[in-house]
Amino acid sequence: MSESQQQPISQTAVDEAVATALAAVAAAPDVATFRTVRAEHLGETSVLATLNGALKSLPNDQKAAAGKLVGQAKARVSQAFVAREAELAVAEETQRLAAEAVDVTAVATRWTPGARHPLSLLMEHVSEIFVGMGWEVAEGPELENEWFNFDALNFDEDHPARALQDTFFVEPADSHLVLRTHTSPVQIRSLLERELPVYVIAPGKVYRTDELDPTHTPVFHQVEGIAVDKGLTMAHLRGTLEHFARLMFGEEAKIRLRPNYFPFTEPSAEMDVWQPNAKGGARWVEWGGCGMVNANVLRAAGINPEVYQGFAFGVGVERTLQFRNDLNDMRDMVEGDLRFSRQFGMVL
Amino acid sequence: MRIPISWLSEYVDLAPGTTPDDIHAALVKVGFEEEGQHGFALSGPIVVGQVLEFTPEAQSNGKTINWCQVLVGENDVRGIVCGAHNFAVGDKVVVSLPGASLPGPFPIAARKTYGHVSDGMIASARELGLGDEHDGILRLASLGLDPIVGTDAIALLGLDDSAVEINVTPDRGYAFSLRGVAREYAHSTGVSYRDPALAVPVIARDAASPVFPVTVADQAPIRDRIGVTVFVTRVVRGVDPTRTTPPWMIARLSLAGIRSISLVVDITNYVMLELGQPIHGYDLDTLRGGIVVRRAGPGETIATLDGQTRKLNPEDLVIADDSGAIGIAGVMGGAATEIGAVTTAVLIEAANFDPVSIARSARRHKLPSEASRRFERGVDPTVAVAAADRVAQLLVDLAGGVVDALGSDHLSHSTPADIPLPHGFIAGLVGVDYTDSEIVDSLTEIGCSVSRTDAAFLVTPPSWRPDLTDKATLAEEVARIVGYDRIPSVLPTAPPGRGLTRSQRLRRTAAQQLAAGGSTEVLAYPFVSKQSNDRFGSAVADSTPALKLANPLDGELPWLRTTLIPGLIDVARRNLSRGLTDIALFEIGTVFLPVAGVAVGSVTLPVGNERPSAEQLADLQSAIPNQPRHIGGLFLGNTVLKQVGQPQISVAIGEALTAVQQLATALGVAIAVRQGKHRALHPGRTAELFVGGEPIGFAGELLPTIADDLDLPRVVAVWEIDLDALIARVPASATPTTIATQPAATQDLTLVVPLTTSAGEVLAAIRSGAGALLEQLRLVDDYRGEGVLAGAKSLTFALRFRAPDRTLTAAEATESKLAGAAEAEERFGATIRE
Repeated sequence: MSESQQQPISQTAVDEAVATALAAVAAAPDVATFRTVRAEHLGETSVLATLNGALKSLPNDQKAAAGKLVGQAKARVSQAFVAREAELAVAEETQRLAAEAVDVTAVATRWTPGARHPLSLLMEHVSEIFVGMGWEVAEGPELENEWFNFDALNFDEDHPARALQDTFFVEPADSHLVLRTHTSPVQIRSLLERELPVYVIAPGKVYRTDELDPTHTPVFHQVEGIAVDKGLTMAHLRGTLEHFARLMFGEEAKIRLRPNYFPFTEPSAEMDVWQPNAKGGARWVEWGGCGMVNANVLRAAGINPEVYQGFAFGVGVERTLQFRNDLNDMRDMVEGDLRFSRQFGMVL
Repeated sequence: MRIPISWLSEYVDLAPGTTPDDIHAALVKVGFEEEGQHGFALSGPIVVGQVLEFTPEAQSNGKTINWCQVLVGENDVRGIVCGAHNFAVGDKVVVSLPGASLPGPFPIAARKTYGHVSDGMIASARELGLGDEHDGILRLASLGLDPIVGTDAIALLGLDDSAVEINVTPDRGYAFSLRGVAREYAHSTGVSYRDPALAVPVIARDAASPVFPVTVADQAPIRDRIGVTVFVTRVVRGVDPTRTTPPWMIARLSLAGIRSISLVVDITNYVMLELGQPIHGYDLDTLRGGIVVRRAGPGETIATLDGQTRKLNPEDLVIADDSGAIGIAGVMGGAATEIGAVTTAVLIEAANFDPVSIARSARRHKLPSEASRRFERGVDPTVAVAAADRVAQLLVDLAGGVVDALGSDHLSHSTPADIPLPHGFIAGLVGVDYTDSEIVDSLTEIGCSVSRTDAAFLVTPPSWRPDLTDKATLAEEVARIVGYDRIPSVLPTAPPGRGLTRSQRLRRTAAQQLAAGGSTEVLAYPFVSKQSNDRFGSAVADSTPALKLANPLDGELPWLRTTLIPGLIDVARRNLSRGLTDIALFEIGTVFLPVAGVAVGSVTLPVGNERPSAEQLADLQSAIPNQPRHIGGLFLGNTVLKQVGQPQISVAIGEALTAVQQLATALGVAIAVRQGKHRALHPGRTAELFVGGEPIGFAGELLPTIADDLDLPRVVAVWEIDLDALIARVPASATPTTIATQPAATQDLTLVVPLTTSAGEVLAAIRSGAGALLEQLRLVDDYRGEGVLAGAKSLTFALRFRAPDRTLTAAEATESKLAGAAEAEERFGATIRE
């Protein structure tokens, strides 16, 4: 016979066991202590378990009352333990979270930022504007046959305009291969290769024999556009440029045309853009050249100028970036200094 | 072209207060862009002084200076130190008094020098901005001037004038003259215009006048055009060679950018600026016989007036006398007949030469001149007589000459043809409904004569507008004269487009991915040295032929790149030199890859104004070398920087391969990696890249010796891929399978293989042996050392198996794994390590 069996199942004994258990569980400071305390007060050797075991030796008429007494006590204690366990779990997680705190301003990153070149981004932006109008983006070789770069564009071989282009030639010098001086050869290629009507834009790299300085670079970029259709006029040219300008520089942008000369257009014009958001105040800025496609250019592509007419325009990408983003020195766009491109990231 | 404003005002009325900016604004409206403004940039008091006395004083520095007493006004004598010695007592000179400012700017103040207080400065012509002459001070007597002491020298010398500079487009040769620009100014502003050609007193000639013999004998016209159509001569005798150019003419020439040389030469230049007609003057007494205009003979040479002897080309048009060539027509005169210090009889030549002939000669002899610039763009053939007469008039007025009856007028120029301008054409091209009177008035204003038929206007352009050749050129004139601001804005509707091409989209994706992955896009110049091309070859070839520029800017870098790596290295070096030590770059750019043994270029070109035949187009196209777009990158320094709780991670080949795989993933194409070799890369750290078994590029670390040679750190990882070829191999669309949801079984496998066997090969063998149940295979460890035989390594793989239709049993997974191991054993003698 165990000692406990001798313990009578009294209200006092039960209350005392419950009180001891509740005090112990309340005092358990952590999960480890809690587990020991739970074994002690709810385990097989606990007072309540012993009292419960003693029930079977009671006379039958007492069993119900004693059973209820012990049962209620056990339930009360169990409930207290469950509640305490949850409490301790929360406390412990809270502590752990506190321990895991970091200084978010000093967290290590395992990545260094890269960037697109702003000139590429600008050419993509312009392309998107025109693609949105149904135009397509055309491309061609940078090392061109002179016929595409000059002859087909109404540059007579002896015309001073041809000499003014500061052309890079490839050896041997009479091979008629040049680094294209403008993206216009892509226009003639488009007219030769595509079905009419043609509405294309040609962004790309071009070359002139200018030494690098704050306003010149021998390698630069242009975006040129050409539209050839029935009934196109200079009014359509202006409309297209104005739409382009508004999407580039804001709703208040507008276009001013001034007479100029280009071998491949007639009439020809210089275009200025009203840049409403310029740093230092809205202003007119020289933006590029444009005009109605010269009949000889259409003929070079086998297009009858009595049936079709077109317009063409071109802008310098470096120059556009320069005044759009208020950049002073062209060399920043050329040198590849990481600090320059990172100012733009992946958007203009 | 620079336009002195006082000169312009002789032919158009400038409203009082008209500024250089106003003139620019007016000229811009009619198509002449603003290039700048020029003045003498000086301010007074600058006055006429007279040297009363001077004392030479030797200085310790070896110089001798003159201590001068100069009268600059009534009872106003200044002590002035002067270093020049070309004057005498009594000479009148130009004195800048304290408070004045000379071009520089060079402010004048009373200052202590050489032991005196110098109360002003006696100026040289150069100090006043009047040309290059600085052998001493300007003596006013040398300009034929004897003004009153104290006179304002600025007004006296015409130094209060200024000039506007405009850009003249190549079609507007006539605007290389005051005559032409004034006409344009009148078009723009509506003021009336006085044609200076009409103001010249005509030297009457008739059948009885003695004829200076001129023969035109063009034996080889270029492009069927006779080299000379107009050749007018006049003779002035008794010219006083001691006469000097008046200051107003020096000032105007100077503002126009032309240096004063001698009175006769200055007059010819002055008339060229005034009327646009280049003039050549000969010392008549040095000419032998009459003049012949012909092409140069074989082996013929000429001593030109710049002191050079030049070998002539049979295409050169020359002016010859009995002694041979005495001038390259329209380009430069000869030394033998040059106007000199003793010339008294002047033969004036006013000719009109074929633009093409002159352009070619000027280019051939590298002698672009004021004359050739005008002839190339076209000179009014009808102005020659007036120009010659104008020179004669000035030689009489300014040089004391007498017009001689001798002369000649060879005038064989054609008159401009009528251009039909159909009614409605201009409206249909420009988009403005001009009235008939607007059209007729505009064309008449620029000098055309216009008549009218039912279908069209018939327009005869003026003699000075050879650029007006067809109806579109007339449309521009009408639009320009009425004003481009009349053109409305109408947005055309393009037919539905197809959007970006697949290649364009994929290139953007590639660039965005690499930038997001940490690399910065650069756009390097494609000009490289031979060594750079030789070193790096191209993406898929160790060495490849290259193309060289005939006229490179930098003689060290005359080659066109065959690879992107040199440009990336260049940019990396620049960044390093600026203190940036952790660098990740990429570029998408063209490389130029001629094929060995295949000639590039065209011998002749088709004409420009008609569509070439299909065969000609194919020839033009095949003349151009292959120039694919490549994509490449460079890494150096650290890829992860040292941070709190994070050690730094240095760049290695892994960064290059990661970039390659990021690119592959972004484009949806599989790039296989194999151990490889490249002459510029580390022999043990070079990967060759393949798509579908075809080489597509490389990745690796630079040979440390090359990195050292380039002043780069020891480890530089680079990669390059033929992007066009890669994009061509991107599957047209992804081919996804239904995702199996049955439970997976995972197992490990460790194989011992020879050290020489690459992990990639083992992975391929396992995959092939294990079959369809193997869903994923990864290399997780490479162990060498204790427990593994020397010459071998132990590779551990993690495998995941899954069947699409059932829960896989462990036995099935094991069977599949062992089949994989068996394939590796078969291929490389791999053994399973338990």
